Amino acid sequence: MTANLHLWLIPLLPLVGAATNGLLGKRFSRNLVSTIALAFSAAAFALGLWVAFEFPSLGTGVYRETLAAWMRAGDFRVDFAFYLDHLSLVMLLIVSGVGFLIHIYSVGYMWEEGGFYRFFSYLNLFLFFMLMLVLASSYLVMFIGWEGVGLASYLLIGFWFTRDQAASAGKKAFIVNRVGDFGFLIALFLLIKHFGSLNFDSLFASIQPLGPETQGSGLLTSIALLLMVGACGKSAQIPLYVWLPDAMEGPTPVSALIHAATMVTAGIYMIARSHVIFDRAPAAGTMVAILGTLTAFFAATIGMAQTDIKKVLAYSTISQLGYMFLACGVAAYTSGIFHLMTHAFFKGLLFLAAGSVMHALGGEQDMRQMGGLRQKIPWTFWTMTAGTVAIAGIPPFAGFFSKDEILWQAYASPRGSWGYWLFGLITALLTSFYMFRLWFLTFFGEYRGSRTTAHPQLAVQTGHAAGHDAQHGHGQIHDSPKVMLVPMAILAVLSVVGGWVSYHHTFENFLAPVFHDAVAAPLPDHPAGESAGEESGKEILFMGISVAAAGAGLFLAWLLYCRRPELPQRIVQRIPSLYQLVLHKYYVDELYAALFVKPLLEGSSKLLWHGIDQHVIDAGVDGSADAARQVSDTMRHMQSGNVRSYAGWVAFGAALVIAYMVWIGVP
Amino acid sequence: MVPLSCYLLLSGVLFACGVTGFLIKRNIIAIFMSIELMLNGVNLSFVAFAAQWGALSGQVFVFFVMVVAAAEAAVGLAIIIAVFRTRETLNVDYVNLLKL
Amino acid sequence: MLHLLLFLVFGFACVAGAVNLLVQRHPINSALSLVLVMGSLAGEYLLLGAEFVAAIQVIVYAGAIMVLFVFVIMLLNAGEEERTPGSRVALVLGLPGMLIGSVLVAWLLLDRSPTRAVAAGALKGDPQTIGWLLFHNYLLPFEVTSILVLIAIMGAVVLASQPRMDASTKKEG
Repeated sequence: MTANLHLWLIPLLPLVGAATNGLLGKRFSRNLVSTIALAFSAAAFALGLWVAFEFPSLGTGVYRETLAAWMRAGDFRVDFAFYLDHLSLVMLLIVSGVGFLIHIYSVGYMWEEGGFYRFFSYLNLFLFFMLMLVLASSYLVMFIGWEGVGLASYLLIGFWFTRDQAASAGKKAFIVNRVGDFGFLIALFLLIKHFGSLNFDSLFASIQPLGPETQGSGLLTSIALLLMVGACGKSAQIPLYVWLPDAMEGPTPVSALIHAATMVTAGIYMIARSHVIFDRAPAAGTMVAILGTLTAFFAATIGMAQTDIKKVLAYSTISQLGYMFLACGVAAYTSGIFHLMTHAFFKGLLFLAAGSVMHALGGEQDMRQMGGLRQKIPWTFWTMTAGTVAIAGIPPFAGFFSKDEILWQAYASPRGSWGYWLFGLITALLTSFYMFRLWFLTFFGEYRGSRTTAHPQLAVQTGHAAGHDAQHGHGQIHDSPKVMLVPMAILAVLSVVGGWVSYHHTFENFLAPVFHDAVAAPLPDHPAGESAGEESGKEILFMGISVAAAGAGLFLAWLLYCRRPELPQRIVQRIPSLYQLVLHKYYVDELYAALFVKPLLEGSSKLLWHGIDQHVIDAGVDGSADAARQVSDTMRHMQSGNVRSYAGWVAFGAALVIAYMVWIGVP
Repeated sequence: MVPLSCYLLLSGVLFACGVTGFLIKRNIIAIFMSIELMLNGVNLSFVAFAAQWGALSGQVFVFFVMVVAAAEAAVGLAIIIAVFRTRETLNVDYVNLLKL
Repeated sequence: MLHLLLFLVFGFACVAGAVNLLVQRHPINSALSLVLVMGSLAGEYLLLGAEFVAAIQVIVYAGAIMVLFVFVIMLLNAGEEERTPGSRVALVLGLPGMLIGSVLVAWLLLDRSPTRAVAAGALKGDPQTIGWLLFHNYLLPFEVTSILVLIAIMGAVVLASQPRMDASTKKEG
């Protein structure tokens, strides 16, 4: 334990990069800006790798490092301190690794955009906050990162802030996140009040001896439920998911990094970190599982009808996050984190590939305008295929292992039930269906768009397209530059092999020291040594069923979008109202607007603005000025310029003074 | 033997006449003379009280009042002359340049 | 007895002169009434034993101030008062105010003063005593009033002088 891992450098280096680019970047050339950004994020990743290398040799499962004192208030203590265990190590590598790859990709993607330095400053800033989040040693330091990634998300979603939709989307993300943060904060307050600390070590030590609250209510349940609210906001679960589809207004690398691979997983990480609490609050765990399952199913249904390529991926993200929630809800935390990792790989890849498609088409996002791109952009095609197969859960790609494990745990865990498994299975089918639908629509069939005529209307979407045309001038569809393709290729490889870490339960064993002391879940990961043969038989059966579901989804998509493309229209005509409902995302945004936004705006403008500001405050100020004017208006008649009236006033005044003096008894 | 109250009554009557003239008269000089009348009334009460209490300081005060009245009359009449030069009238109602 | 009679005579003359001052329309008549008032007051002062005050009343008030008034009336050739609309305020507020004030003061003075009679000539208000007081106890006010008189003289001269109409003062505005 004498080795110093210098953890503090890992978040700090991207912060330096962000500051440099942010403050001075305007004067730098694009090469310099990208070099700085890449250098600092690479440094963070390299340090992460080195830490990963050194960590096992430390021997203990946990490494703590304190940077500086922060708050001391009586018994309550919070410091700027870092905490490294296997869980945060996994998160650290994912965040810095995928982050670094996406930084490289962004150099190519954003090359022709205005505000180049700003983008990379924000991206580095995001890395700083996310790393703070995963390395934090107390809830409060985690909260710094929590809020900070929300800020970075807002800045990046609204990157093209001159666009109305982008600015509104940024606002929406931030405000909806705030609602979640409110729950988080109340949970923190409860923790401070009842346990007197927010440090993971001391807090979990005091919670450890407590037994599970089986009656479904109580302090730990409330805390867990409130933490869940916070996670719902950050990880886009029902009812706080509405910001994620709108967040697609941001540049595609942002969607890849923040809204697929890292920020939205913060909620999952937080729940996994708080497993001590959730294990002792079964009711809250059930709530989390139900919410996750529902969200997964719900989002998958919406994803089936979307025509914007990024929106499909956004709903897919929400759905996959639902899976992770489900896993954590049934106390299968390792499975949840495993899926988090594989999801980071393939969803990040899918977004990058989608960005590559958009880049090739000059900013086109509508899948109905795509098609037949297989030969034109082959690299993008093959990498996207890898991602699609991975997410559909087809072996031996990564998604199969993680998703299957979740489905198994949903059934087999002491907190699980067959209901979770069934819904999860149906969702897997839907996932496979809409992902392959996307695949077929984009790459197969005839090209339906108008790109080759070099229409200028696509340039309105982003400034990217116009710049692209100007650079190449021929308007032909071609594959992206290497700087974008290489990260995609790396992620594709990871999507293929990433699941193999579960071979012989290596991954579970790696994370076991973190979760082994879970009380209410007697190792919900595989039962000890798979002694029960019947259990493993069931497991293989379930594996087969999920592969079959994935295959069914693939077949359906092939049927509807490749073989008989006229079928989807006929199906839609049979169920028009249902289709409309799903197409409009179940009108949830409209519901929220009517329930929350409209009353707030109305109340604010009518009550607060007209009622109080204008009629009370302004009236008070204007009124007193008015009153002064009226008084002086009356008083000025005394000064009439008529000497004799002055004489009269003088006599009257003298009489008043005398009367007063007599009254108070002067003489 | 005249009681003090009679002197005071006389003084009061003179003062009241002075105030009335001050309010009623239209000629500036007449107003001024009413002021002098007021002063005289007050002088009388001073002297009466001086006699009552046997304190000569009352009469000394009358001396000072008279000096001040003299100075005031001189300056006031000079002002009246100056006003007369510009307004050509002694009617106080016509000295109303400050009227709105 | 004689005291009372003399008091009544002089008092009546005072009041008659005061009322006449109010009633007369020509200011010269008012001025002459005022002279009568001052003379009668001098008599009252003598009854109270204030010889010095009586003397300077006649010399200063009646003899200098009133003469000054008459000079100005003659100089400005003031005519009879014309009836002009005055101020309602003066009548509505001023007169009642005056009445109230006077009544209050009178009540006050009468209430708080002893009613024993003042003997004629009981107090020696001769010049020597008053002079002693002036130059000993009231020296400062005495000197200040002399300065006051000086200022009044200068003020009166400046105010009443004709504005000089030669070219040099015109430029200075």
